[in-house]
Amino acid sequence: MYTIKSYVFPESLEEADELLRRDCRSSAILGGCCWLKMGHRRIRWAIDLTRLGLDQIEVKDGWLELGASVTLHQLETHPDVTSRFDGILGESVSHIVGVPFRNCATVGGSVFSRFGFSDLTCALLALDATVVLYRGGEVPLAQFMATPISFDDILLKVRIRDDGRRAAYQSARRSSTDFPTMAVAVSCLDGRWTVSVGARPARAVRSEQAARCLNDGLGAAAAGQAAAEELTYGTDLRAGADYRRKLAAVLVRRAAEQCMEENKG
Amino acid sequence: MKVKITVNGMLYNKHIPNDMMLLEFLRKYGYVSVKRGCDTSNCGLCTVWVEGKPVLSCSYPAARADGKNVTTLEGVKNEAASFGRYMTEQGAEQCGYCSPGFIMAVLAMRRELTNPTEEEISNYLAGNLCRCSGYAGQTRALRAWLHDKPWEKEGQA
Ligand SMILES: Cc1cc2nc3c(=O)[nH]c(=O)nc-3n(C[C@H](O)[C@H](O)[C@H](O)COP(=O)(O)OP(=O)(O)OC[C@H]3O[C@@H](n4cnc5c(N)ncnc54)[C@H](O)[C@@H]3O)c2cc1C
Ligand code: FES
Ligand code: FES
Repeated sequence: MYTIKSYVFPESLEEADELLRRDCRSSAILGGCCWLKMGHRRIRWAIDLTRLGLDQIEVKDGWLELGASVTLHQLETHPDVTSRFDGILGESVSHIVGVPFRNCATVGGSVFSRFGFSDLTCALLALDATVVLYRGGEVPLAQFMATPISFDDILLKVRIRDDGRRAAYQSARRSSTDFPTMAVAVSCLDGRWTVSVGARPARAVRSEQAARCLNDGLGAAAAGQAAAEELTYGTDLRAGADYRRKLAAVLVRRAAEQCMEENKG
Repeated sequence: MKVKITVNGMLYNKHIPNDMMLLEFLRKYGYVSVKRGCDTSNCGLCTVWVEGKPVLSCSYPAARADGKNVTTLEGVKNEAASFGRYMTEQGAEQCGYCSPGFIMAVLAMRRELTNPTEEEISNYLAGNLCRCSGYAGQTRALRAWLHDKPWEKEGQA
């Protein structure tokens, strides 16, 4: 369990940033705390963002915006989210523990942490999402995912272009609420595909080769094979690298087939 | 730090340690239905409601509950007892340790979902683990309870 010396509800983002800057190593932004509390950090300034109105889901100027304090359960229930991208954002988080957990864990904590096992970042990557940081400004999620974590910025929101793309999400788990052994998301807009593979067990990345197979009409199975061959897979207590490679081929194929079906419908 | 937390309608104006979790706060003030199982956000045993929404009190900072309404099993005891009778009829409990969290999740689900499907029910309750049973008794109890809707006769919200 962590310890906290001062617990603060900043009244503005400037104040939150100022507290964080006092000492990034000993300050912590609090998301849902589900992950944070399992560690042993000795936190000098615990910065609680919940009074800053970042729990909003908005559709504006052609973008779907998810505030950092939006909970995972909001992604499953908010009509602006469930009615878009074939509901993959809600679907991607629906296997994470249970509803009381998902009423706590947040978009900000999940995306900022860039966990390898993250269902949500895998889905967001296939939707070409961007993240908006207080200091770093707006950056593509793919770029954000490729940078090492440093606790010196505040994630304010995640943005996704409301472009009507079709999407599908697939994961494999050893038991229903376990971490994913493999996660896959695909999307298709005007015949252009994006394929993302997560829980490899390293962070989610896109498979350009799999997307090319689909763009060129080579079919879902070829895309699955391409993702298996192009990306690296590792071993952990959930699965070996070889098994993951096989899973990737199957899940990419299934997700692509599902998305093709949706496109027909 | 100083907090004002309302638990089951009763206001607590208290000084708390900054890193206290809501679970510890509630147990300290006698709400012993709230139990610690895993303490790692995995089991659902510590489920309470904050502003009517089920959350894991083991992972919810007590400081964050400042100014909020918290409900524990003690606050919905008539409805909990009514559902408990269905559990008993189906022999759904062995040790019963998981029941407080499970019942808080069930009562929350009843408020959130209208006529849930089997899939929606298992999805909603998937985070409430029971080590003794195979969930069959709880599932039978739930089906019977959702079918009878005793809360309509008993005048619960
Ligand atoms: C038991 C358990 C099972 C899980 N299973 C899964 C699973 O199957 N699939 C899956 O995808 N995920 C899983 N997760 C991860 C979970 O979904 C969340 O991603 C995780 O709890 C972090 O979210 P949080 O809101 O709790 O963040 P916190 O725990 O509060 O924070 C996590 C980190 O992010 C930082 N942070 C939080 N918010 C911000 C912000 N706005 N800006 C900058 N930094 C911030 C914090 O300082 C901290 O370092 C699991 C977690 C647990 C504890
Ligand atoms: S004690 Fe809170 S989830 Fe297990
Ligand atoms: S009856 Fe023993 S844990 Fe559920």
